Amino acid sequence: MAAPLEVRDLRTTLFTRRGEMPAVDGLSLTVGAGETVALVGESGCGKSLSALSIMRLLPDPPARIVGGSVLLNGRDLVTLSEEAMLKIRGQEIGMVFQDPLSSLNPVATVERQIAEVLMAHTDLSRSQARRRALELLEQVGTPDAARRLDAYPHQLSGGMCQRVMIACAIACHPSVLIADEPTTALDVTVQAQVLGLLEHLQVDSGMAMIFITHDLGVVAEIADRVVVMYAGRKVEEAPVDDLFEAPLHPYTAGLIAATPVPGAQRAQRLADIPGMVPPLNALPTGCAFAPRCKRVMDVCWKEKPELTQPAPGRMVACFAAEKDAA
Amino acid sequence: MTALLSLRDVHVRFSTAAGVVRAVNGVSLDVATGETLGLVGESGCGKSTLGKAILRLVPIASGAILVEGVDIAPLERAQLIKIRRNVQMIFQDPYGSLNPRSTIGRSVAQPLLVAGWSSAAAAKRVDELLQRVGLPLDARERYPHEFSGGQRQRIGVARALALSPKLIICDEPVSALDVSVRAQVINLLEDLKAQFGVSYLFISHDLSVVEHIADRVAVMYLGTVVEIGGRDQIWRDPQHPYTKALLEAAPIANPKAARARRRTLLQGELPSAIDPPSGCPFHSRCPIVQDRCRVERPQLRTVSGGAVAACHFA
Repeated sequence: MAAPLEVRDLRTTLFTRRGEMPAVDGLSLTVGAGETVALVGESGCGKSLSALSIMRLLPDPPARIVGGSVLLNGRDLVTLSEEAMLKIRGQEIGMVFQDPLSSLNPVATVERQIAEVLMAHTDLSRSQARRRALELLEQVGTPDAARRLDAYPHQLSGGMCQRVMIACAIACHPSVLIADEPTTALDVTVQAQVLGLLEHLQVDSGMAMIFITHDLGVVAEIADRVVVMYAGRKVEEAPVDDLFEAPLHPYTAGLIAATPVPGAQRAQRLADIPGMVPPLNALPTGCAFAPRCKRVMDVCWKEKPELTQPAPGRMVACFAAEKDAA
Repeated sequence: MTALLSLRDVHVRFSTAAGVVRAVNGVSLDVATGETLGLVGESGCGKSTLGKAILRLVPIASGAILVEGVDIAPLERAQLIKIRRNVQMIFQDPYGSLNPRSTIGRSVAQPLLVAGWSSAAAAKRVDELLQRVGLPLDARERYPHEFSGGQRQRIGVARALALSPKLIICDEPVSALDVSVRAQVINLLEDLKAQFGVSYLFISHDLSVVEHIADRVAVMYLGTVVEIGGRDQIWRDPQHPYTKALLEAAPIANPKAARARRRTLLQGELPSAIDPPSGCPFHSRCPIVQDRCRVERPQLRTVSGGAVAACHFA
């Protein structure tokens, strides 16, 4: 069976006064049914713009898809009209954003927000939609769900708002869910609840999930496979255990070493990565990570490394890793 | 020996339209010279308010704040300025805490000038500080927007260090930073502690960062300290059910360890600080709650293994 979501060589460029910036530079990824792929990287690496590109929600201007395809159940979203996309969003592909309070409509009750999704995509009547909204609220673990139906977002906590967002996103049983830093704004005890909820919903429904985060701890908790991005490009892809045990790209290795693991033998110092992410309008000619890389070689300054496949299921774009594999 | 910082039954209250918020509700703790005390808890637990209270940036309702034995709670402004030389603060948002229209040189020199340094002496000190925190010297003439988040946090550190304080209150200093840059700033803070013997009150919601940097840890819930102890004791043998839940909920950056551990997820969310639960503040979410917890508020006391926790059943 074909994977529900297949992104091929996606390119999204920001057209600004300071020039064209390749925010997403040839991203390919596949997410199978029931699979969670984490998209990891630091601010500005293009992970959120990748998600917005897939959903066709880019702010245009300045951002535009300039190449590649996004196949959702075999249909290319990049070439679809906005009208057709309206039918697909919420129906076949759902999205949960970082800040639930600002993604919900502040002047609509919880019931109306969920019912709106249902009535846009199904022929449920108002009262049927209300009943289904209640079921959904219960399904996402809202205590006292019947009473919450009439609440407004500002009357709910952050965790509760995120549950409502998730209820909206899964209302029509989408085959793909994109979650962009869905727990970053939440406290750890609530984060654990929401991560548990997403996993649980996925097991029940077999949704494919893209989970965007900068937090390697969250990646370890939820991902099956991980795609690491740096400056708009995928630099490594691996099953989650392999990635943490034997990262191939020096950037991935640096991120893991820079993340303290509680309970582990405490090192005197954290291994940091010197310098910072280069701005997209001043990317080096060669590998974008070269200026910060411990293993930099001459070739890294001249050429961009292509993705190679050193082992089944693993990909890396790095000359040093290529040398190791040879 | 007197502790560098001693808090005794500190209360902070805010009056709001909805009622009185008991943001800090009777906190007592000590920070020794050269020590890093981690202060952890979820949003709304009062950890940031407590940090501000130590600098008298919020009004103190009652209690004592002893800095080297001197209670600063009742002090007038003029006397406070002298004390503040010894206690400085680093904020979460390094952009919001720098004046956008002031050069970095001026921002870092300001505490020195307030303390009566000559401008020549201050300029020399600024150069020293910028170099120490790893910024280029030409940073002096530049403005905050020209720097990245990590560099701005270094500027915040330089400014806090200017008067050679004994204690720096770090309020979520790395929460806004990317992983790779976060490690740089944590390492810088540790180097400065080793070099100058400065103490930190390190406020953070990120348990793995606190585990890395703190010598001792205090856990706050709804305005009160529920457990305080050495870092190893807290992580290996937490006594309060909230500490346990917090540690179990924290993600671990190791997929095998994450799958292997058993955890009981806390239900519900933080109750309102306007109308806190009766008895133990944690009883509404506690997995081992008993009738007694609903009526009687547990005090911090030494429990098994020398740990200090506020729980009837620890």
